[in-house]
Amino acid sequence: METLLSSVRIALATMLVCVGGYTGVVWAVGTAVTPQMAQGSLITTADGRVIGSRQLAQAFTQPQYFWPRPSAVDYNAAAAGGSNKSPTSTDLTDRASKTAAAFGATPQNPLPAELAAASGAGLDPHITERAARYQAARVASARSLPVEAVNALIDRSAFSPGGILTPDRLVNVLEINLALDKTALR
Amino acid sequence: MIHAILFVIMIIGGTALLSWPLGRYMHWAMDPGAGRGKGNRLTATFQAIGGAATAPTQDWKRYVVSLLGFNVVMFVICFAILALQPYLPLNPDGRQALEGSLIYNTTSSFVANTNLQHYSGEVAMSYLSQLAALMWLQFVSAAVGLAALAALARGLAGRTLGNFFVDVQRATFLVLLPLALVVALLLLLTGVPMTFEGSAVATTLEGVQQTIARGPVAAFVAIKQLGTNGGGFFGPNSTHPLENPSFWSNVLQTMSIIIIPMGCVWMFGGIIGRMKHAAVLFTVMLVLMGARITGAVGFESAPTHAFANLPITQDVGNLEGKELRFGTAAGPVWAVVTTSTSNGSVNAMHDSLNPLTGLMPMIGMWLNEDFGGVGVGMINMFLYIVVGVFIAGMMIGRTPEYLGWRVEAKEVKFAMMGLLSHGFFILVGTAIFAATPWGAATLNNIGPHGFSEILYEFSSAAANNGSGFEGLGDNTVAWNIATGTVMLLARFIPIILPLAIVGSLSVKRRATESSGTLSVEDGTFAGMLTVTVVIVGALTFFPAATLGPIAEHVMFMK
Repeated sequence: METLLSSVRIALATMLVCVGGYTGVVWAVGTAVTPQMAQGSLITTADGRVIGSRQLAQAFTQPQYFWPRPSAVDYNAAAAGGSNKSPTSTDLTDRASKTAAAFGATPQNPLPAELAAASGAGLDPHITERAARYQAARVASARSLPVEAVNALIDRSAFSPGGILTPDRLVNVLEINLALDKTALR
Repeated sequence: MIHAILFVIMIIGGTALLSWPLGRYMHWAMDPGAGRGKGNRLTATFQAIGGAATAPTQDWKRYVVSLLGFNVVMFVICFAILALQPYLPLNPDGRQALEGSLIYNTTSSFVANTNLQHYSGEVAMSYLSQLAALMWLQFVSAAVGLAALAALARGLAGRTLGNFFVDVQRATFLVLLPLALVVALLLLLTGVPMTFEGSAVATTLEGVQQTIARGPVAAFVAIKQLGTNGGGFFGPNSTHPLENPSFWSNVLQTMSIIIIPMGCVWMFGGIIGRMKHAAVLFTVMLVLMGARITGAVGFESAPTHAFANLPITQDVGNLEGKELRFGTAAGPVWAVVTTSTSNGSVNAMHDSLNPLTGLMPMIGMWLNEDFGGVGVGMINMFLYIVVGVFIAGMMIGRTPEYLGWRVEAKEVKFAMMGLLSHGFFILVGTAIFAATPWGAATLNNIGPHGFSEILYEFSSAAANNGSGFEGLGDNTVAWNIATGTVMLLARFIPIILPLAIVGSLSVKRRATESSGTLSVEDGTFAGMLTVTVVIVGALTFFPAATLGPIAEHVMFMK
């Protein structure tokens, strides 16, 4: 009985401090110091409409936009997930051959593997710099822009996520597509 | 490759260095010793909070009963909150009631410090369930492990075990809480959300609606990583960009997985007063884990086999199920670290790892001692030590001793029961589910990889790990009840038996160590312990490994 009573008292005390106090402090600091990211890094238009999250991929299928990596959940940010297929699976071969065809890949101009492989959550917001360059000609021709202009935009957008620890430079797909739309308006 | 090597050195080396001061602090926090220092004034506070049962020092039976009693209360509170979810507050997205066997599985999972998840967080759970039921258990279940290790070490030092109710508060308030606060605040800076608002609805540039689940993620993720819990706020865990937004959040989270398990070794050494012995144990663990990291990073650099005959480049490693922002080595490194400890969070989909890469996490869960779960990893290693010194003693014809305690038949029996129960749960469970529709009807992949999905699930449950080959359709009544029960048994058997061993040792007369005693501080001991771990593991699990990942490798990766 004493055991049970002490257990309940300690359960309540830890609940109070670790759930109430701790969560409250983290929430207060997040709201005060990183309010934008604490809300999910949402991007809104001037009139307040939410376009998406800077950290999440969204579907792009039109030729004038850069396309993200494939998503096993069709970019569903309310129920994210991966394909969970073995790398030896024929299902994966079927999916990848469709993706390669959509990008117009040929043996002479093979698709970068990261554009054929679905990410873990299906929401990877990035592609590599070379995956962006792979799509530059399509984007440029759909927008009647010189391909140099698109490549220059890729240069400006690419960043190295971990400095010297990550050799591949990445491009945020939603951000570069927003920048493209802005360029078109100018 | 040079980037991968630098990355591993930074993560593992950096954490190993940090674990030393942390371990010293944990020693002070868990076991301040006699006298009237600050640590003992805190004891009075904890006794005031906990009431009557906190006062006496406990023998091993009292300690175990208190530990189990507290876990019953943990179970009841969590079960009640999950069962009443639709009627409770902090539910902005209107999450509905959960099915009964899923509540049982989830509650067992979080009580057992496992965090196997047969639900998807952003689909099934309200913010209250996430915080008051699941995150609360992430604190206190880890604290239970630390308390048990402190008691075990005190017993081996020839002292009384202490009081469970004081220990569990020390672990929660002095070790886990401050660390979690630091990590949570750093995670905010890397872009992890912390909000009580419900999902946001976006209209994408192409005009499609996208519902964006979010929530109080930063607070949850910090203790999920630090307490070897591993249960993600979102379904796909730390692959989700809102749970793990950047290269640096990934570095921080990888280090958080392993820092307390590493610190536990130093804490153990501190309490028994044998830091050199702790250094030997630390080295053995580091070598065993390092071998698997090397294997995983190497195997995962092979390209995705399914793309072989397609117009797709073959010059990067397997990227299916991986995020680009973490860099190429981050997935396999995390996969090993999360299964070396009993964490079980993921930053890449383990189901989609190359076959032999996927074997590395399984081996981690089978051995389950380098560095193992918070507290319990070092306790598991103690079981291997008992068996190891016994074998060594038999081989050279001396009475087996550990720290001056004579290890005899009874202790070795208990240790073997602890170690063999692990293999029993995994192999018998896998055999039953592979042979019946309970398992066979729930697979996402065919052939040996399907077998691996079942084997992995039972390994994860028995190791209290919580990661999975997540293609498995595991939210069925059969899976929920089987793994729920395995998790509970596999949690408490390896806590109770070692404490029983200490109880049995401590009534004996302790010998003073002499030049004739086998040293526990030299390379011979390290070698003997390593061999014991590897042989017990290989004898138990090699046949199962050949049917799953090894068969798949031989069939496809040649």
